[in-house]
Amino acid sequence: MRFTIRGATVIAAILLFGSGVSAQKPSSSTAARQQRALDSLTAVVRAMQLRMDSLTARRAVSANTPADSAAAPNAVAAADSATAIEAADSATAIEAVDSAATIPEVSAQPSAAPASGAYVNIGFVSLTDAGWSTERDVASLQRGDHDPHVRGFTLPNTELTFDGAVDPYFKGFANIVYKLNAAGETGVELEEAYALTTSLPANLQLKFGQFVTEFGRQNSQHPHAWSFVDQPLVLNRMFGPDGLRSQGARLSWLVPTPFYTELLVSVLNSAGGSTSSFRADNSSEIHGGVAVDRPVGTLRDMLVVPRIASSFDLSDTQTLLVGASAAVGPNNSGPTARTQIYGVDAYYKWKPATAQAGFPFVSFQSEAMTRRYGAAERALATGDVATLPKETLRDHGAYAQVLYGIKPRIVAGLRGEFANGVDAAFAAPLRADRYRISPNFTWYPTEFSKVRLQYNYDDRKGIGSDHSLWVQFEFLLGAHAAHKF
Amino acid sequence: MTIRTLTAFKVATVALVALSGVTAPLGGKLKVVATTPDLASIAREIGGNLVDVIALAKPTEDPHYVDAKPSHIVTLSRADVLIEGGAELELGWMPPLLENSRNGKIGGGAPGRVVASQGIRLLEVPTTFDRSKGDVHSLGNPHFLIDPLNAKIVAGHIADHLAQVDPKSAPQYRANLAAFNAKVDAKLVEWQKQLAPFKGARIVTYHKDFVYLAQRFNLQIVGELEPKPGIAPSPAHLAQVITAMKAAKARIILVQPFQNRKTAETVARQTGATVLDISQQPGARSDTGSYFQMMDFVVATLASGLRGK
Repeated sequence: MRFTIRGATVIAAILLFGSGVSAQKPSSSTAARQQRALDSLTAVVRAMQLRMDSLTARRAVSANTPADSAAAPNAVAAADSATAIEAADSATAIEAVDSAATIPEVSAQPSAAPASGAYVNIGFVSLTDAGWSTERDVASLQRGDHDPHVRGFTLPNTELTFDGAVDPYFKGFANIVYKLNAAGETGVELEEAYALTTSLPANLQLKFGQFVTEFGRQNSQHPHAWSFVDQPLVLNRMFGPDGLRSQGARLSWLVPTPFYTELLVSVLNSAGGSTSSFRADNSSEIHGGVAVDRPVGTLRDMLVVPRIASSFDLSDTQTLLVGASAAVGPNNSGPTARTQIYGVDAYYKWKPATAQAGFPFVSFQSEAMTRRYGAAERALATGDVATLPKETLRDHGAYAQVLYGIKPRIVAGLRGEFANGVDAAFAAPLRADRYRISPNFTWYPTEFSKVRLQYNYDDRKGIGSDHSLWVQFEFLLGAHAAHKF
Repeated sequence: MTIRTLTAFKVATVALVALSGVTAPLGGKLKVVATTPDLASIAREIGGNLVDVIALAKPTEDPHYVDAKPSHIVTLSRADVLIEGGAELELGWMPPLLENSRNGKIGGGAPGRVVASQGIRLLEVPTTFDRSKGDVHSLGNPHFLIDPLNAKIVAGHIADHLAQVDPKSAPQYRANLAAFNAKVDAKLVEWQKQLAPFKGARIVTYHKDFVYLAQRFNLQIVGELEPKPGIAPSPAHLAQVITAMKAAKARIILVQPFQNRKTAETVARQTGATVLDISQQPGARSDTGSYFQMMDFVVATLASGLRGK
């Protein structure tokens, strides 16, 4: 664009000259006047270049970080523009001298930076699963909301993501998920919508709205960031098909230790579709009785989720992240019944100092959880008159997964997991002992697509073993949010 | 209050003071964090002994693919100044770090935030946004510091921002900037002289990461081993590159530490070309700790490689 303007000015100057010459004014001051005209034109070009450079600079900044629209002070911008012109001029000189060696495809124009995306980054991620299982009722085997649900094809997660700086004080995020069920009907879900403070004092940060709860590691990750086709058994067992997610607020403190330590505590509504283990609508699946209507009275009726995480760089190439979490709150098996879930998690990653596009790497991730579900004396849900006794339902589970990024864009993975529940006074197939082994293989053509092949060997107590083979394809449009560690 | 509780109280107070001391500036030096070692080196030239500079990316690491390690969050949370390359260089790893660093001093638009690409005349700014053309940065090619004149622009930004954050030392930063600029001017003449005999020489690179170098020193890049930015070399594309290299008589392939040297060697074998191990980051080799040493090394390596043909 600068060249266009410069070219136009040159043409204008030539025209001016031309008209001056054609007028053939005999005055001796013609040369002087032409010189003055040239000078003023040069000044105009300079001013235009300055303006354009500062505009480009400002755009570049605002596109990088939306909150930057305040831009640098004028003095800085002007200084920059002046230097930029110097550099530009010398560059042009070289180009002109060495026109033979021009580089193809190099456009030297500082053309328009993207206007959209400056205020909100919009992304679209879509997953397609395809495959077969020896279990005819696939949904009874693959219980996660974002798992494949049928023999054949499943679109378990298609989401629209929005994020950006709200103003200098907040960042905003939203995820809207579209799911196709087995009947081909679309379900829409506001998965997340929350704001995050940017600069509270004392290393504090507040998040509020609806968000996936920061318990352990995978619960707060979206399917896009998962390393396997399906939700780990233990997460399904403790938090339900869609993980632990509710409306509330979370306060976090970055502890001033020499290494990374973050303390978080979330206070959330304990009811709803994604608060399994607490006042969830479908809690009968866990305690076997009729759920009671339990209004919120005090803070004790809220779900409280504290977490601590620390990280250590074991060497230049190895990093360890460990955490411990708890979730305590009321459940609706009775008017005063309560649940406690405790978990520990670890993530280790090795990546050499000369990794190409992040490869090779080896990572290890594991989470272990235990649940103490205090079930009250309750009426049997199946409608019989029988009453179930007051009892404590204990469940445990863990998974461990290893990923090996063999060469750029190719990852081999292996996950082993189990979940079990201590026997209760009723038959609860959902709490039965279960094991699963899942080797998989993922190819990432780019960061914007992936193809994954996964085999699951399942063993369910009282049902037997099953084999499943799944292919997963994902594509991403628009903004790609950077991955957390 | 018993003596025991008093002691406990004292211990707690001491511990708290000690903890808070960790976040206070040590020895009064400004804590400057740069995303890459080249930016860190320029910051050291401008800040001198008034600053402590830490680079997040390792010298041998691909600046596009740095892990968002939690230790970086800690580093950023304690920074007085952050210098980033900009132009989407760090797009894949900086946002979550910044989000969690909760440090207003380096927030967008703050004096403590330096975006190096600001005011740089970026090359290869796409006219359309289309990822079928590879992972093209929408703002232009971000590997601009390999052109020493761009280093001057960046040094100017850094001096401006350091002067704003630490006004009492502004004259020192200005003086260091003047010295840096003078040194770049002097060295540039030297570097251009070293490479003058090879004007128009044809070279091949792995990624589109040396276009600014080629422009400054009159070299002609006849192709990249990557078919498109961020896309792994395919046999079909390499065959085209080999043909193009033979036709153009290109005898040099530039490879950085994090790029696939084996691919370059395969192409070199079939074209009689030489693979030059080169880096844009100071410190990638033991004797190239500063920006100037790194440029010396780049120019010397290029000159000897081009002379060798």
